[in-house]
Amino acid sequence: MSWQRQHLLDIESLTAEEILTVLDTARAFKAVGERAIKKVPALRGKTVVNLFIEPSTRTRTSFELSEQRLSADIINFTAEASSLKKGETLKDTAKNLEALNIDFIVIRHSAAGAAHFLARVLNAHVINAGDGAHEHPTQALLDAFTIRERKGKIEGLNVTILGDILFSRVARSNIWALTKLGAKVTLCGPATLVPRTFEEMGCRVTHHLDDALRDADIIHLLRIQHERQRKSMFPSINEYTQLFGLNKARLAQTKPDSLVMHPGPINRGVEIDSDIADSDRSLILEQVTNGIAVRMAVLFLVNGGKGPQEIAAS
Amino acid sequence: MPESAIVLNAAAIQRALTRIAHEITERNEGGADVVLVGIQRGGVPLAEKLAALLAGIWGGAVSSGSLDVSMHRDDLDQRAAPNIHPTVIPFDVTGKTVVLVDDVLFSGRTIRAAMDTLNDFGRPKNIQLAVLIDRGHRELPVKADFVGKNVPTSLAEKVRVRVGEAGVEDEVVLERP
Repeated sequence: MSWQRQHLLDIESLTAEEILTVLDTARAFKAVGERAIKKVPALRGKTVVNLFIEPSTRTRTSFELSEQRLSADIINFTAEASSLKKGETLKDTAKNLEALNIDFIVIRHSAAGAAHFLARVLNAHVINAGDGAHEHPTQALLDAFTIRERKGKIEGLNVTILGDILFSRVARSNIWALTKLGAKVTLCGPATLVPRTFEEMGCRVTHHLDDALRDADIIHLLRIQHERQRKSMFPSINEYTQLFGLNKARLAQTKPDSLVMHPGPINRGVEIDSDIADSDRSLILEQVTNGIAVRMAVLFLVNGGKGPQEIAAS
Repeated sequence: MPESAIVLNAAAIQRALTRIAHEITERNEGGADVVLVGIQRGGVPLAEKLAALLAGIWGGAVSSGSLDVSMHRDDLDQRAAPNIHPTVIPFDVTGKTVVLVDDVLFSGRTIRAAMDTLNDFGRPKNIQLAVLIDRGHRELPVKADFVGKNVPTSLAEKVRVRVGEAGVEDEVVLERP
């Protein structure tokens, strides 16, 4: 068995074998989601706190549903409702949660490293649901799962990630996961959002869309994150769409079996043409479905391994 | 070097399975609505062999599936997360007589988990249990309906069942530490 970790904090520190373990486990959980009874008792009696300090709907509901399907008990915290608004530090909030004997914390935070910090100060299992512009590991795992399911493999595929790479934790986690699994990753977007420094992560960087799309098997689009950006990153949304938006003419020039992905929420008419989003080349809704299976697998895997000896020692 | 003794060789395994098949026939006359479900991993090749034997007796195909019970185990937080193997039940179990098949019956916890897992797929008319080896040491009130061989063991011993693996003879071995 190739999974011994108590937390899922990032993709960077995982081995290819560990990533594949999650994907294989997720396949079994996907089958559970297709049964008449979509629930298994694997986390019965465990308490999970969803600590979402940064707003999120789709990731939080996906985690919630995954936890429910594993029979866990759930508490949800959002930024507005938490005492962080009253000036409590993250550490104090987390320590208070731990005093309630919770077993898992799923954390979304605007500061990079928030999940790593909690894993250091708490005994609970910590799962990173996105920390600033750093990583979003479960998103990368569900993307890899979706690619492998549709293409049968990941090794040797050309994956183009297009858009706001600089501010994207999804891009970083995806780059780590895909390069570890042997895909060739190309990054493309405006030069201000796709700096050459990303070449150090083992990717190709180009600022010409046609060059990025020509050999692509997977075109992974990212949303322009208005909330993380200064206005000066590119002149206008309209110009971005003109230069980097995926439209039918551009998709027609790619491989006939290339597939389009997007972590959502999509901005129709900005980074993706409305028709493409709804076409059979789009994996966007499959990504959502697979998110449940992958998150169930992650919760299931990090739960294991804490033997009675370890509990006694801690 | 652990000491080991062969409990059943390939021919003896085949004889045991043939006898179990006839006992299943005796209990379920006609074989209508009998399906086999092997518990991952050791029970799966045994279920397939039994299905083939029963098909010969009843003169018609007998369905067989596989069941992974990992998600229903009661020791999930006490050991590293188990590898999950596929669950394939290509038939409706509701109203059927399901014969669960496993290689070794030990604490009975796997069987408890298997019955719970099976309930997520439907409501069988009844569930029967067939095992190749019963090694004792039950921790739950579970009893097999069909047993290949009773093997008294100590807790320190290991029973290794090898059936249907490519390139090696089928055998059951008892290993002493």
